[in-house]
Amino acid sequence: MGIFDIFKSKAKRKEAEKYRIGMEKTRKGVFSRLKKILGSYNEITEELFDELEEVFVMADIGVDTVVEFIDELKNDPRVRGLTSAAELQPIIVDKMFDIYLKGEIVNSNLNFNPNGLSVFLFVGVNGTGKTTTIAKIAHKLKSEGKKVLLAAGDTFRAGAIDQLKIWGERVGCEVVTKPEGSDPSSVIFDAIKKAKADNYDCVLCDTAGRLQTKVNLMNELAKIKRVISREVPDAPHDTLLVIDATTGQNGLSQAKAFIEATDVTGIVLTKLDGTAKGGIVLAIRHIYNIPIKFVGLGEKLTDLEYFDIEKYIYGLFAEMIDDEE
Amino acid sequence: MPFESLSDRLQMTLRRLTGRGRLTEKDIDEMMKEVRLSLLEADVNYKVVKSFTAEVSAKAKGEKILKSLTPGDQVIKIVHDELKKLMGDEAAGVNYKVSGLSTFMLVGLQGTGKTTHVGKLANFLRERDGKKPMLIAADIYRPAAITQLEVIGSQLGIEVFQLGTNVKATEIVQKGLEYAKSKGYDLVIIDTAGRLHIDEQLMDELKDIVNIAKPDEVLLTIDAMMGQDAINVITSFNDLLPITGCILTKLDGDTRGGAALSIRYLTNIPIKFIGVGEKLDQIEVFHPDRMAGRILGMGDVVSLIEKATATIEEEEALKLAERMQKGSYNYNDFLKQIRWIKRLGSLKGILSLLPGVGREIRNLDIDDKQFVYIEAIINSMTPEERKNPDLLSMSRSRRERVSRGSGRPYQEVNALIKRFEDMRKQFKALAGIDFEKLEQNQMPTNFPKMAQTPRKSRGKGKGHGNFRF
Repeated sequence: MGIFDIFKSKAKRKEAEKYRIGMEKTRKGVFSRLKKILGSYNEITEELFDELEEVFVMADIGVDTVVEFIDELKNDPRVRGLTSAAELQPIIVDKMFDIYLKGEIVNSNLNFNPNGLSVFLFVGVNGTGKTTTIAKIAHKLKSEGKKVLLAAGDTFRAGAIDQLKIWGERVGCEVVTKPEGSDPSSVIFDAIKKAKADNYDCVLCDTAGRLQTKVNLMNELAKIKRVISREVPDAPHDTLLVIDATTGQNGLSQAKAFIEATDVTGIVLTKLDGTAKGGIVLAIRHIYNIPIKFVGLGEKLTDLEYFDIEKYIYGLFAEMIDDEE
Repeated sequence: MPFESLSDRLQMTLRRLTGRGRLTEKDIDEMMKEVRLSLLEADVNYKVVKSFTAEVSAKAKGEKILKSLTPGDQVIKIVHDELKKLMGDEAAGVNYKVSGLSTFMLVGLQGTGKTTHVGKLANFLRERDGKKPMLIAADIYRPAAITQLEVIGSQLGIEVFQLGTNVKATEIVQKGLEYAKSKGYDLVIIDTAGRLHIDEQLMDELKDIVNIAKPDEVLLTIDAMMGQDAINVITSFNDLLPITGCILTKLDGDTRGGAALSIRYLTNIPIKFIGVGEKLDQIEVFHPDRMAGRILGMGDVVSLIEKATATIEEEEALKLAERMQKGSYNYNDFLKQIRWIKRLGSLKGILSLLPGVGREIRNLDIDDKQFVYIEAIINSMTPEERKNPDLLSMSRSRRERVSRGSGRPYQEVNALIKRFEDMRKQFKALAGIDFEKLEQNQMPTNFPKMAQTPRKSRGKGKGHGNFRF
């Protein structure tokens, strides 16, 4: 079994519980079908591969990534010798890990600046949960003993500044704001200045949601990034693209455009507590090499976890593991 | 590219097949694979794709297609027709009470655009149907949701009823409706908090609101970028609430919006409106037939023509066409046209409505600022030069002066003039052609060409390699 041994230790399982609860619906929804499908075939046939493909497509893993995945699976030397479908299971899981890990060690921690102020920039399309994610991360960092400042860089959407202010109060963080309609770069500039003067450890910068096809708005983001790098060398230390787990194939287009504008360094996958699988992030990692750093699993401040591929896949395949024991 | 249109895909398949004479059933199967991938990339539900391709394939294997000289086009046509049929031909209307206060409510997942669309819809119905709308802020959970609705209300001059966040949503709705009646409003639109369809407690709250408000429309907002999960969300909401229609939001991006097809195929819920931008007037009635083209990546010519005719004053257009035909087309006319196009909205949006240009456009970074540059260049010409384009074509020093004056590089001025001259020649050659055709076919396709000095895309290694797509 190899890969599943990780979960056999108690401590690991407990950690994974939260994912498990968060992703319960996900797991029950589509991925439990995997077991059923494998169980219903005696031999490995084309139809079996078609059904597998369906499972992965339904999880919103990118269409091309799935097609490639299935092709590789068909041609995997380990698969050629197999006689029963059930034996496919560990190979599938193994390959899922490969898609994500690509033989590298993927670090989902934030890249803190060892020599002072760390600046983190949050970007994404409208309505993915940037502001809420910032509040959750602020809460997390604060509980880790960091002094955190928030910059209300969404000066466009009605009510966005107030939304961050309210979160700031709940978390106990100061929020730097300017009136609606101000230049977002200048809000972030002010926040960095304040953070330097008052010895903050990190600044979390909110930005307005924008569809990746709006060239002017994407240019505005590039400008924000320039301002940040000018004020703090090597900053932003992380630029996190916030993606909603319900996002379909458009996630790839989002990743591409935001990477071009802001050199995205990580993904935050939000709303994973619904029935959506967020599989598109696997395709984003597969194609654009961007790792997932956090997952959002609910509306509370504490509903945020560092991304852990083992737990994610555990969440997807948990039923299979349980049944084996 | 990740978002190749169906037409591109089929054309590629056909290229592989050329020189083999007639198509066989196997070739059709090959093409159906492409149809399948294309629909999946548009986020159409897997099951829908399966049964849809089966139907199309059966039709495509008919004698007529296999013997046709342009089988590829025929297949696309079948797919398009089938899609159209599936999506229905008529736009669905809204249900008002015959007299008195009509009540609408918007529901949906978090971040799908409910609050924004409450505002947009109120504004739209006020203008189109002469309604007197009021909004009720019943999202007591998301921080500042009420503020957001109030800001939107004040921008539109529409009253917003709210009782803060410490009162239950049902009570807010109850009191809001009483208030609206007493004030003589005839339409109330209720904003509700975003929620997961599996959150029983919050879904119960919505049921309670429905019981109190007895809404004439319960509209579900669906993010057009949504993937395969769309159908779970829609079925859950529909099972628990009397959903009367959907609003498909964020369609101004590059998403193909396959969820629309899944909704029609798997449920009977009509899509009533689409959100096409962040501005409060950017909402449109949903036209099912046009969506078919978009899902296929085939463009939406009808919308473009409608947009164009609404914006361009006909009389002026006629005059201009006359000048074009006579060959007396000059920079003043050109400037006028640029301004028309600007009024039509984003260049990329317009281009994506045109069939055929789809693919190249998606690969291009188009900056609407190009229009600003063109205007700057033309504004730096003397009135004499604008009237008589030859002056510029013949004098380098004039062109250099225009370059300095507009702050644009000399090469850009040259490129503009060169393209203007090409156009002028084309117009001359076209003289005598039917005006309607000229307006519809020539103008939009020629102008964008001028405006697109393709820009090198920024950024370094990442995202710039040759991906498999």
